[in-house]
Amino acid sequence: MADEATLVAALQAGDDDAFEQLVRRYGGRMLEVAQRFVGEGDDARDVVQEAFLSAFRAIDRFEGTARLSTWLHRITVNAALMRLRSRRRRPEESLDELLPRFEADGHRTSPGEPWQPLAALEGAELRTLVRKRIDELPERYRTVLLLRDIEELETGEVAVLLGVNTGTVKTRLHRARLALRSLLDPHLRESKP
Amino acid sequence: MTRREELTCRDFVEVIMAWLDGELEPATRSLFGEHLVACPDCENYLDSYKTTVALGKCICDPDDPDGPVPDDVPEELVQAVLAARRQR
Repeated sequence: MADEATLVAALQAGDDDAFEQLVRRYGGRMLEVAQRFVGEGDDARDVVQEAFLSAFRAIDRFEGTARLSTWLHRITVNAALMRLRSRRRRPEESLDELLPRFEADGHRTSPGEPWQPLAALEGAELRTLVRKRIDELPERYRTVLLLRDIEELETGEVAVLLGVNTGTVKTRLHRARLALRSLLDPHLRESKP
Repeated sequence: MTRREELTCRDFVEVIMAWLDGELEPATRSLFGEHLVACPDCENYLDSYKTTVALGKCICDPDDPDGPVPDDVPEELVQAVLAARRQR
């Protein structure tokens, strides 16, 4: 398989084989990224297709300041956000069921159980568990969590991408984390319920 | 949240992210610390909140981003992308 510089040169020369190699080398990873944002199914495949077409159009301007994988990753995230924006507005699911509950005086309704230490929680099974629970978050919260905690964009960048103010990004991120914590809680307690 | 002599558990949970980001004003930060010492449930909750944030990062593919392509790239997706390129 060609190294990155050779592949980029071939792409910029319009080599058909190089385009196929690009899709085969990075398509699976890009599909995984797209699925995090738009869910599994046709939308994710459409996002990857759109991302590749954007990349093909822009390949002449690729100067190698970022790695090819990083460049394609960003293009995929942008394509996924465009897909989310273009979706018909759906009634937003409530997050309230997943938020911690308190008595009227502000104390907890149930004790906080300790979790297993992080070092004991590695592995593919755990990644699958976390990914599935993130998928269960309502879209507007999931998107902010993905952009801030997984893509590690700054709050201001996320606000611009989503067309909301930074306060909204912070509020949604905190609520998304609280909800994800609730979804993971039964699986990760030291003493399982 | 209004400033008062002590934080309730609800107040504590409300400001966890601001505390982690270093955005709490000194008086509230001090109350946060006092509550943390006095309330084991909130200490556990804070630990699990931090673990939740850390776990989010672990869902990314841990392999070298330039490593070999995953075997599960669907062939029909490859063909669809290449066909779309030819049509342009």
